[in-house]
Parts: sequence; C-alpha cells; structure tokens
Amino acid sequence: MKAAIVVFPGINRERDMAIALETCSGHKPRMVWHKETDLSGLDLVVIPGGFSYGDYLRCGAMASQSPVMGAIRAHAARGGHILGVCNGFQILTEAGLLPGALLRNAGLRFLSMDCHLRVERADTAFTGHYQTGAVFRSPMAHGDGNYFADDATLDRLEGENRVAFRYVTPSGETTAAANRNGSARNIAGIYSENLRILGLMPHPEDLVDPLMGGTDGKPLFDGLVAALAA
Amino acid sequence: MKAVVTVMLKTGVLDPQGKAIGQALHGLGFAGVGEVRAGKVIELELAETDPAKAKASAEEMARKLLANTVIESFKVEIA
Amino acid sequence: MAPQPNKRDVNQALAREFGLSADEYARVLDIMGRTPSLTELGIFSVMWSEHCSYKSSRVWLKTLPTKAPWVIHGPGENAGVVDIGEGLAAIFKMESHNHPSFIEPYQGAATGVGGILRDVFTMGARPIANLNALRFGDPALPRTKRIVDGVVRGIGGYGNCVGVPTVGGEINFHPSYNGNPLVNAMTVGIADKTKIFLSAAAGIGNPVVYVGSKTGRDGIHGATMASAEFGKDSEEKRPTVQVGDPFTEKLLIEACLELMATDAIVAIQDMGAAGLTSSSVEMAGKGGVGIELDLDHVPQRETHMTAYEMMLSESQERMLMVLRPDRQDVARAIFEKWDLDFAVIGVLTDSGRIVVKHQGEIEADIPLDPLAEQAPLYHRPTEETPKRAPLGEVADPVGLAAALEKLIACPDLASRAWVWDQYDSTVGGQTVKRPGGADAAIVKIEGRKLALALTTDCTPRYVHADPEAGGAQAVAEAWRNITATGARPLAITDNMNFANPEKPLIMGQFAASIRGMSAACVALDFPVVSGNVSLYNETEGKPILPTPAIGGLGVLEDAAQAVGLGLAPGLDLVLVGGTKGWLGQSLWLREVAGREDGPPPPVDLAAERFNGDFVRGQILEGHVRACHDVSDGGLLVAVTEMALGGDCGAHLLPGPAGVVAHAFWFGEDQGRYVLAVQDAAAVLQAAAFAGVPAMRIGSSGGAELTLPDGATMSLIALRRANERFFPALMEPTG
Repeated sequence: MKAAIVVFPGINRERDMAIALETCSGHKPRMVWHKETDLSGLDLVVIPGGFSYGDYLRCGAMASQSPVMGAIRAHAARGGHILGVCNGFQILTEAGLLPGALLRNAGLRFLSMDCHLRVERADTAFTGHYQTGAVFRSPMAHGDGNYFADDATLDRLEGENRVAFRYVTPSGETTAAANRNGSARNIAGIYSENLRILGLMPHPEDLVDPLMGGTDGKPLFDGLVAALAA
Repeated sequence: MKAVVTVMLKTGVLDPQGKAIGQALHGLGFAGVGEVRAGKVIELELAETDPAKAKASAEEMARKLLANTVIESFKVEIA
Repeated sequence: MAPQPNKRDVNQALAREFGLSADEYARVLDIMGRTPSLTELGIFSVMWSEHCSYKSSRVWLKTLPTKAPWVIHGPGENAGVVDIGEGLAAIFKMESHNHPSFIEPYQGAATGVGGILRDVFTMGARPIANLNALRFGDPALPRTKRIVDGVVRGIGGYGNCVGVPTVGGEINFHPSYNGNPLVNAMTVGIADKTKIFLSAAAGIGNPVVYVGSKTGRDGIHGATMASAEFGKDSEEKRPTVQVGDPFTEKLLIEACLELMATDAIVAIQDMGAAGLTSSSVEMAGKGGVGIELDLDHVPQRETHMTAYEMMLSESQERMLMVLRPDRQDVARAIFEKWDLDFAVIGVLTDSGRIVVKHQGEIEADIPLDPLAEQAPLYHRPTEETPKRAPLGEVADPVGLAAALEKLIACPDLASRAWVWDQYDSTVGGQTVKRPGGADAAIVKIEGRKLALALTTDCTPRYVHADPEAGGAQAVAEAWRNITATGARPLAITDNMNFANPEKPLIMGQFAASIRGMSAACVALDFPVVSGNVSLYNETEGKPILPTPAIGGLGVLEDAAQAVGLGLAPGLDLVLVGGTKGWLGQSLWLREVAGREDGPPPPVDLAAERFNGDFVRGQILEGHVRACHDVSDGGLLVAVTEMALGGDCGAHLLPGPAGVVAHAFWFGEDQGRYVLAVQDAAAVLQAAAFAGVPAMRIGSSGGAELTLPDGATMSLIALRRANERFFPALMEPTG
C-alpha cells in the first residue's frame, strides 16, 4: 500500500497517523506538504487531524483551497482512496468531496474523550477487518464535530448505505448521550458515493498500540493494508 | 473601497452559540429577547473603485471561501 | 550622542508610574549620567521589575539545590534540562500567568501556555506534554465560574491547537484566590542532549534576527503589571493583555525545529515578558557583547509605533535569534516556507551596550553590565508564621460513609473529568496514562520504550499553616506521584506564587517554603532545574494562600512498566507507610468537621525516601497492578479513587486498634501508598525485610465499596457524587 499523509500548516496529528500506518503496513508513509501538486501513484491519501490554518474562518475552509487539493481531487477522480480524520473530514466536506458540514459541538465545548463507534458496513476498504454492527472504542478530540446535512442529504446517505460509523453506547445503541457533539443521526463518519473516500471525526489512529490503552483502531488500518496491497 | 461581508448560519441550521447567548441574556435579566443568531462580519479593503464590480468580486469571494453555502448564507455591502 | 528626548518628560514621577522606586530611579540616573529617554526608562523599569529581576526572591532562590549528575542545565536558562538517558534530554519549566488570567481569563491562560511552550522549544526541544496547576476562588461566586470557564477554554484552545497534549494538572478552590486566580502552565520537551540551544549571544558582527508574528501594541508593561498588586482599577488595565495565536505558534515550533536541525543558530531566545527588551538585553548580557537594534526593520502590525512601544510590546509568538551570517539565507527560506516574518533587526557589537535606533534617531543607549549587575536586590525582612497548636482529639460527627460521600463530592476532590475532557490529551499518540489514569501522567518518547512521568503538586493549606512543612510536602508529593507509577523522579520546576513580599509575614512564608523545599530536594535527590516567581498575588490587601507549585519529572526505562491507579478485581490492597491518623489541616477536618485548623502533617523525609524506593522497587519487579499515593482526603479517599478509576469495588478491613477509625481512614499522614497486588504476603514480607511499614487493608472486587464498619456504597452512587461538582457548577442547565 503506497500511502501519503498531506500536511497543511496547523495540522498536528500527522505523526500519530504516520505511526499508525507504519505500525500496520510496515512502511513509512510519504509526507506531502500542502504546496505539492502531484499525488500520482498512491493507493491512499490521508488528511490527518489538527487545526489547519488555526481553524480560522471555518474549520478546514482555507485548507480546502490549498494547492494540493487539485491533486487530491485528481486522486479521487482516479478512484483512489482517501481517509480524512477530524480536521481531514472537515477539509473534505469544505472541498465538496463529502457532503454536509461539521458545526460547533452542541455543548459549545471541545470534547476530548473516548467514544464508541458502530461499524455500519464491513464491506469497504476501510472496514474489512471489522464486522458489520461491531462496536469499537476510539479517542476523539474536536470542537467542531457536529455533523450536519439537510434531511434530503441525510436520507440519501442512509438510503445509499454511506454512513460509515455512528456514535453509540458501548453496547451499540444510538442514544443522545452517546452522541456528545450533537451530530445528525449520530453520524461519526461517512463515505463518498464510490465508498473510496471516508471522513470521520474520531481518531482510530490514536488507539493502535496496547500501551496507549488498546488496539480498537488497528483493524481500520489493517483492513486498508489488506484491501490496498498492490 | 470597503466591502462588508456578513455570514450567518442558514435558517434551519442549529446555532448553539446563538442559543447560549440568548440564555445568557435572559440570565442577565433582559426580557423580551427572542431567537438569537450569531454570525460573523468580514471587512475587505478592495482596490476596485466601481461599487458594482466590487460587490460582484466580494460575492465571488464569499461563495468560494468566506461562507460555506452548505450551512451559511451571506450578504455583501459596499461601504 | 544622547538620545532625543521623547514626548513625555522623564522624571521621578514617571519612573514611579513605571514601577521604579525613588532609590531605583536614582540608580538609573547614576548609571546613565543623565536623564534617561522614555525608551530607556521603559527598559530599566521592565528589566528591574520583580518579574524580570527577581529582586525580592533572588537571595532565597539561590539557596535551592540545583545540581545532580543528571542535571545538564539548571536555573538561569529558558528552561531546565536533564539527562533522561539514551542520548536524550528533557527540557521543562513551569511559569505563571496569574494576573493576565484574572483580567482576561481566556487570553491570559492561552498566552500562558504559549509562553511556556516557547521557553521550551527555544532550547531545541519538541514539546511533548503540557501540564498546569490552577487555583480558583470560592466556587459560589459568579466571578469564579467565569474565570474557571475562561481559563479552561484558554488552556484547551491554545494547547489543543498547537498539538501538544495536556496530560495533567491540579485544581484547588479557596476564597483567598477570589480576586487572584493562579494559572501556572508547564511544558515538557525532548531534545538530543548534544543539541541544546542557549541564549548567550556570540560573534561580533553577527546578525540579530526577529522571527514570528508582527509587533503590535499588545501587553505594553505586562511585566510590570505582573509585579504589582491588584486594586480596584484592575479593570482599566485590560488593554495591556495580549492575545494568543496558537496557529502561528505551531508554525513557529515547526520552523524553529527545522532551523535547529541546521547549524545556523548561534543563540536564540523567545520574546516573553518585556518582549524585545528582555530578549535582547539578556542575550547580549549573557554573551558579554553589545547589541544594536534598528527598529525600522521590526515587522509591525500597527502604524506609527514608537521605539518605546516596540521595545515594551509583549506581542506573542515572536523569537529573537543570533545567526551565523553565512546561514542567513537558509534560515530565511525556512521561515518563508512557514509564512512567518523574518527580519534582520540588528547586529552584535563590541560596545557592551544596547543601542536602539528608530527612524534615524538613537532612542536608547544603555551599558549592559550595570543594567544587570546593579539591578536591585532586596533582602526583605521576614517574619515566621507562628506554629499552630496541636489539634487534639476531634470526634467523628457523621461516620465513615457520610464523610466519604461528602469528601469525594467537595470541590478539591471532585472528579476533574469535566476539565480534562476539554484538553486534548492524546495528540501525538504517545500518552500512556491520561489524566486521572495514574498518579503522574505517562508520556512515551516516540519510537522508544523510554517514557516520562509528569505531575504538578502543591497543598496550599499546608503551606499556609506551616510554610516550611508545606514546602517540603509539595516536593515530596510530586516525588511520590512519580514514584507511584514506577518511574524514577529526576528533577522539578517550581512556580512560587506568593502575596506581597514587602510584608514580612509573606516574605517569611516565601523563605520558609524555600527551606522546606530545599530539605526535600536534598533528601529525595530531586533538584530544582527551572522555575518562576509570581509575587504580589493579592487583591485589596487580601493575600492568596502561599502556593509553591511543583512540577515534577521522572523517567521510566520501559513505558510498559508504568502502573495506573485503577483497581482490577481479585487483588489485595496493601498500605505502605505509617499511619498515626493526622487530621490537622486535613480535608476531612475542613469539609466534615468544619474547621481549618491545626498543624499540617509532618513530612519525614527519610521515611518518604525509604517508602517510595520500596514501592518503586515492587512496581519494577512486576508485583504491583495498581498504585495510588495517599494525599488529600486520606486513605479512604485514595481507595475510592482507585475503585472509581478501575470501575471495580473493594472490601476494606478494620484498621489497627491504636488509631480511631476516622483518623485512620481520613488522616493525611505523608509518605503513604496503596498498592493493589496479587500476592499480599510476598509484598508484606518484602516490606518487613526492608523495614517499611505495610499492612493489608482489604481486597478488590465487586461493584461496591464495603467499608470496615460494614457499610456498603455502590460505585454508581460514589461516581455520581464524585462527578457532580464541575457539571453542576459550570453547566447548570445541561
């Protein structure tokens, strides 16, 4: 799997992501500065978390206009896989590569804690090492993770089975209490139409080592490695 | 020439910040405050001297970057 | 040529306005041999402020132990540096931002985090962890709530954005902080121990380079503000508070570390309090060279700024460097890549003076040696805090269960989860023990097994009752918290928060605290390597509790050996350390008996060392599954915290016959730990062999806590009581 991590100014979870990718694939990913414009020959492009451009104006807004975004669109058009986590998810929605938007958390406070995610389908490149309906734990850390889309878009996402993960209780129920940031229909992550672009708010990359408290996030990366092995 | 772009969350998009401000105002004893919406104002110094062209250009900027039209609406005023 | 006079007449009245006493101003006149310009007066006033000169505290700080074989740089640099093995150094410091946080809590706390980060990365370290020590006033006051909200948001807002995990801290509430909250921020970074960057300028003719954000009129006279008592006019001081830009800080970290990988830098220092003035004066002063600045080249955010304003500005996210002239282009390219300002604003000279030019005029021309050497130094009178009378017998008014429920719900012991949940504690992917998971946070070094154990500690009510015992206790508790994870304590940073040093009783608190700290540092091999002093923490004559906050750092060769505090089922609970049942100054006495009384628990440093070394040995030999030190609230609170931490109940046995039950379970005797172990007999035997007092106090399992008197309390109910305080205070509608 040839993977690259795109680094915008203010991104801060690129090292976490690089560690997770290397742990699961055995290879160091290529680090791509946002001014680069060629992403050809890659299987996976990752936009990691952080505060690109300080989250000023709107989270992800300025990064979505960056030079590298042209190359990311081209990668998407070639059918390449893209993973956007946290700020990466926000950037993908701002760029229009995924529908909807991420609003301020409903409680107006930054939320840094573990959440539980339910895998809504296990037949994508991202979830092949989970079971459908499986619940896994993941850290999350964001101020703007409240997923919003109009009802028609939400209905369409659900109709097309494009919801990747939902916030749930440890036993798998979609309660309001499990949905700390107030996301529409407990949505934590969504896919593009071709299921090759995934955006999600939580950080599975921070839970791939037993020493850090668990390996709940590891199957996501193991699954990618298996699905995208050349 | 100065353009003032006002960006607001669209009606129908929950505005927890506006809601919190509303609650705080009630808490301070300001009666009769209905719905509160919070947005942002962006001031642009433009080299353009023609008001119509300046407005068009600011609207283009708002569509492209200043507002996210999935969730926000905007208004441009030329001062 | 003498500098041109500025618009304002410089005289003794203006000097007083700038915080200089008549004597100090006379000394300025003597050094200059003429009336100083406004800019010169500004430079003297900030360099001789309490904040920059430590004029009241220096004589005492010099008595602290600062050396150990593993100490690479002690106090005097931007931060302390210790050798942690494997060719690496840990660089750390704690610093206060108390006054700004009262005036504008969000920005005050945020820029406090930003400032301490710069102190650490300026030495070549990548910051890997932030901690803090916070003190707030009476939670019943609306103002306290506003300050808690702003400070917590500010710490999170800055730390989360720069991508440095906030992994630990402590919070106390007490009415003495009503008008004077304490915000102490600590940063820990890691560097190659052979590549530590210092601030002493060298190389006559080398360029002096300014990088980072542009300069505005922010925070002018912040350093003198931080050295003055608050009065009713504090509200009017608001414009001097700086605004932080964590995004720029993040770029600055990356750009500086990229530049530090080259050989371009001769010396580097951040522009903290007193901005361009203190950085240029200190760099040139330490290097024994002169410096000439041309302010025309300073990147400016506002128009028509005067030399005085530029020299005194405390705009954030700026650094000053001396570069090798042949590497200037390399450096410029790096900063341009990161979209940061880069400007050559001066040159090193052999004049031994600081010369400041602006628009063709000389605005300041001061000899550096007298500015440093003749800085005021005060041996302020001290008065001992009278010893408290022994407490005597105190009857138990409520029984164990009711007291426990009250204690774990009280502001000083309630769960801090509401606060931690707003700090990103996992960014970086190296956080082995998050806040609340262990007595000290454990952060691993990327790509290695090596980890650091980090904590902040102080018990101000002890220090107030007995400054010497309290000073020793603060150091001992930091050492104990690190020990309880299995790590080896290495060194501390201190943040001395006290009231007005011109009052003998306050200065006496300071001196006695230092004595206590010194004794503990020596006994525990735990030297002070960096620190900060914040004085005049009083509002309208009401002093804060003396608060010498300690930031401790320890090292663990293998992160996998770290133990947390959460219980697991099927283990024995062993108490290590002797228990007399000391209730003086205990939280039980305050919260349950309604008295703030008696002497604080004495710290037997020899026993502390002995007990701790035993516990660490047991952990490293793999005998201990969980460990928690016994501190605020005593033994029963410690066990309850372990139960809640692991979501596992416990069954407790009656204590020894010689100690009354409430004193045994709630006394705050020092030097104690609770260990959860598989094989109590073996641990007790080892303790007996080592001569360390130890006893089995119960076992773990189930979903409730069974007290020695047979009462049972469900973990659900205990958790509800423990987690109520912060949400009820801060989100009453939620």
